[in-house]
Amino acid sequence: MTFYLMTKKIMKNWPLWEVFIRSKNGLEHRHCGSLHASDATMALENARDVYTRRMEGVSIWVVPSVHITASNPDDSEELFDPAKDKAYRHPTFYELPDELKHM
Amino acid sequence: MQNHLVHYIYGIADNSLILGQRLGELCGHGPSLETDIAMTNISLDLFGQTRSYYQYAAQLLGGETTEDTIAFLRSEREYKNVLLVEQPNTDFAYIITKQFLFDLFHLLLLEELQNSADESLAAIAKKSSKEVRYHLRFSSDWIKRLGDGTEESHNRIQTAMNDLWIYTDELFDQTDADKAIVEMNIGVNVTLLKAVYYKMASDILEEATLQKPVIQYFQKGGKEGIHSEHMGYLLADMQYMQRAYPNMNW
Repeated sequence: MTFYLMTKKIMKNWPLWEVFIRSKNGLEHRHCGSLHASDATMALENARDVYTRRMEGVSIWVVPSVHITASNPDDSEELFDPAKDKAYRHPTFYELPDELKHM
Repeated sequence: MQNHLVHYIYGIADNSLILGQRLGELCGHGPSLETDIAMTNISLDLFGQTRSYYQYAAQLLGGETTEDTIAFLRSEREYKNVLLVEQPNTDFAYIITKQFLFDLFHLLLLEELQNSADESLAAIAKKSSKEVRYHLRFSSDWIKRLGDGTEESHNRIQTAMNDLWIYTDELFDQTDADKAIVEMNIGVNVTLLKAVYYKMASDILEEATLQKPVIQYFQKGGKEGIHSEHMGYLLADMQYMQRAYPNMNW
């Protein structure tokens, strides 16, 4: 079986997982991509190999993609547009001490 | 003494080089994108380790010798890797079984080598053992998955295990160089690793619902430079560029 066909077959059988990486201690986990794996253990190992080879992370979360509920792009207007002209909601009037990072 | 030490270093480093070369053959051919990257990652770990060992050997040998001449310009008989690592990538079951049987030995060896009286070897062993602990985790996970998977995967991994088990005993053989270097508290006495190796391997096989193969006569020779018929082809692939275009680099 060719590489392509074999890969396609595996992709059909293995569920999709979303990968979240914490780049260093103190920071939050961020979504960095997705991958295929047959279960959570394999998903973690695959994530380690695919997404942390270049020292991108110190911690990994994997979540089955089916467990993510996403907003509908068709609803964008009513969901997001109303926030556009409300600059006063940004706390830009505070002075932040230098020690506070990642705000 | 120096010859013994170089021979001893080759005995460890050549295993990583040749297994790394076998894994490199999978680049772009892994059964899935994720597995492909995982296996070539392991390959690169092994090449990194090989470089450290060869740089040290080149320093001991002096003259024109470099890590590259050691890797690419020796003849077949001068490679001291065990027969196990040069076996072909017949299918994914063979790839994983070969990896598993070697990883387990490799980790036990490196954990002991960290206590070597030779500081360079101890340092390389310490750094490498972190990588190898992951290699073993990866390969033993797959042994369990395939063994305790479908009837098809179980049969395939059992077949690979039956075929490759015959090369395990050589891991615990000692050459004259080994014995001399062990005497000096530099080398690891591999005969002492045998019992724990087979115990750990049996435990994982049992968890994977696999039968431990029963072998009467084991194959050996690689450590003395007597290789299987696969080695020549592997070296031809690996050395082609340096042989055809001497001193080329990029």
